[in-house]
Amino acid sequence: MNDSTIKLADIAHARSGDKGNHANIAVLAYTDAGYAWLRDNLTAERIAEFLRPKALPGRVVRYVADNVRALNFVLYDFLDGGASLSPNIDSQGKALGLAVLQMDLPRPSNVDAMRRPTPST
Amino acid sequence: MKSIRVGNGCGFWGDNLDAPVLLAERGQLDYLTLEYLAELTMSILALQKQKHEDAGYARDFIDVLGRLAPLWRQQPGLRIITNAGGMNPLSCARQARAVLDAAGLTDRKIAIVAGDDLMPRLDELLAAGESLAHFDTGQPLHLARQEGTIGELVSANAYLGAAPIVEALRLGADLVVTGRVVDAALTLAPAVFELGWQWDDWQRLNAGVVAGHLIECGAQVTGGLWCNWRQAPDLANVGYPIAEIEESGVVRITKPEGSGGAVNFETVVEQLLYEVGDPAAYVTPDVIADFTTLQVAEVAKDVVEIRGGQGKPPPERYKVSAAYRAGFSASAMLTIFGEDAALKAEACAGIIADRLRRAGVQLNRFHHELLGANAVVPGVFPLPTGQMEVVLRMTVFDTDRYAVERFTKEVAPLVTSGPPGVTGYTGGRAPVREVLAYWPSTVVKSAVVPIVQLLES
Repeated sequence: MNDSTIKLADIAHARSGDKGNHANIAVLAYTDAGYAWLRDNLTAERIAEFLRPKALPGRVVRYVADNVRALNFVLYDFLDGGASLSPNIDSQGKALGLAVLQMDLPRPSNVDAMRRPTPST
Repeated sequence: MKSIRVGNGCGFWGDNLDAPVLLAERGQLDYLTLEYLAELTMSILALQKQKHEDAGYARDFIDVLGRLAPLWRQQPGLRIITNAGGMNPLSCARQARAVLDAAGLTDRKIAIVAGDDLMPRLDELLAAGESLAHFDTGQPLHLARQEGTIGELVSANAYLGAAPIVEALRLGADLVVTGRVVDAALTLAPAVFELGWQWDDWQRLNAGVVAGHLIECGAQVTGGLWCNWRQAPDLANVGYPIAEIEESGVVRITKPEGSGGAVNFETVVEQLLYEVGDPAAYVTPDVIADFTTLQVAEVAKDVVEIRGGQGKPPPERYKVSAAYRAGFSASAMLTIFGEDAALKAEACAGIIADRLRRAGVQLNRFHHELLGANAVVPGVFPLPTGQMEVVLRMTVFDTDRYAVERFTKEVAPLVTSGPPGVTGYTGGRAPVREVLAYWPSTVVKSAVVPIVQLLES
């Protein structure tokens, strides 16, 4: 990371899991500004490119839920057979959300408006 | 306005055994739900039932029920709904009866919900034109069987909806023990029953499914897994979730007073999207829920309110989860310490693979990974350098049980016959497990007959 990039974790949180052999990664923007920017910039292709080394035989589809500032990525046939057949330690894709939060992204000009607001409690 | 409080004290088989008691003690609940069944749990239970006809259900529930009994005596209005019945709701209910009777709770009525098990009727269904085609590939089941691409089927269950549970409650059940139902039905059913919701009221059914989906994984909505977990106080004492559901369909997610963890916008939306495909079409047998039309807001500390939301009529078909035998597997680990730890771990894996080859053992699959060196998402992050320790984890698959067993016997010898620094092998030989593979499908609803039955006292 340098001055021209941010980490996805700077402006979003995430959770991931499995459905059979498919994985899903929900990326959740902290702010409206961050969500608007991620909607334009965090494409299915970018997620696929980031995870390609792990092996990505299937397609990646992105769904949006504007009401909760969520981008939901479904990674088809990603889990090498899924829970019972995959030899990988993360056979259910539980850690994928944290992995994509480490993704470097080009720094948006208004990044300070995208960071997590200080919690009130 | 009438409302009910539904708490979920168990998110999966293996979840914390004290959580249901703490939740019932402090949650001021009308209903306690306990969820035990993951995608492949039914097939594991099916194999247990094959061995013992009285087995095939989540035995943890019996233990939990015993712990709950003293509380239940003080809270006679509490009702409990669980899918612990698995492949054998009747045996589970009988065992529950014995526990309750022993605790003096002879007046609590138990009902079972079954009919989800399609195995006894498989030939009949196939003959009637139900192909049980694979949900993703579209391949009909009989073709996969003909081609030998799948092994013997051990289980096939339809995911029933909330209606049979509502029927069980109408019969006066205090405890409902089900087989395979959609997880959200455990919560939707009491809402329909208590709040007088109609089966074509898509907006309210949507709210009930959202409530159920949010609490079905237990502490995952109350601070567990939360990315900002450092702000969830006292996770050791994490409160399990409560859905307060109003007659109008407004839902509030919260947790018991004085418990640890947190319920806020972030914990709720993380869980809202958990294991979801299209958030505008979350399919259940009772309603297709639309999560994109909800309004989610923090309304008090540890209280998140969800309103709005539109549902759509459900599909004509039930989801089916089937499983077939797919050979055997084992995983074993060695800890490798010292300079060049990763290099030595690679050498260990190579030596084991080579010894197996020399012994004439050919495995369908031999996979190794180095935990501590980005094994979780291999290749995505740069490898660490100068690492002093890694864990070598090896996993093998084969259709021949003997070949897998032989692998488990080749691991310990590395402690004395491999590179220096091999340690941490004190757990004995790795167990061989039978592999059950998942075959998702659907079946027309009219071909499935849910069974609701009160257990005789």
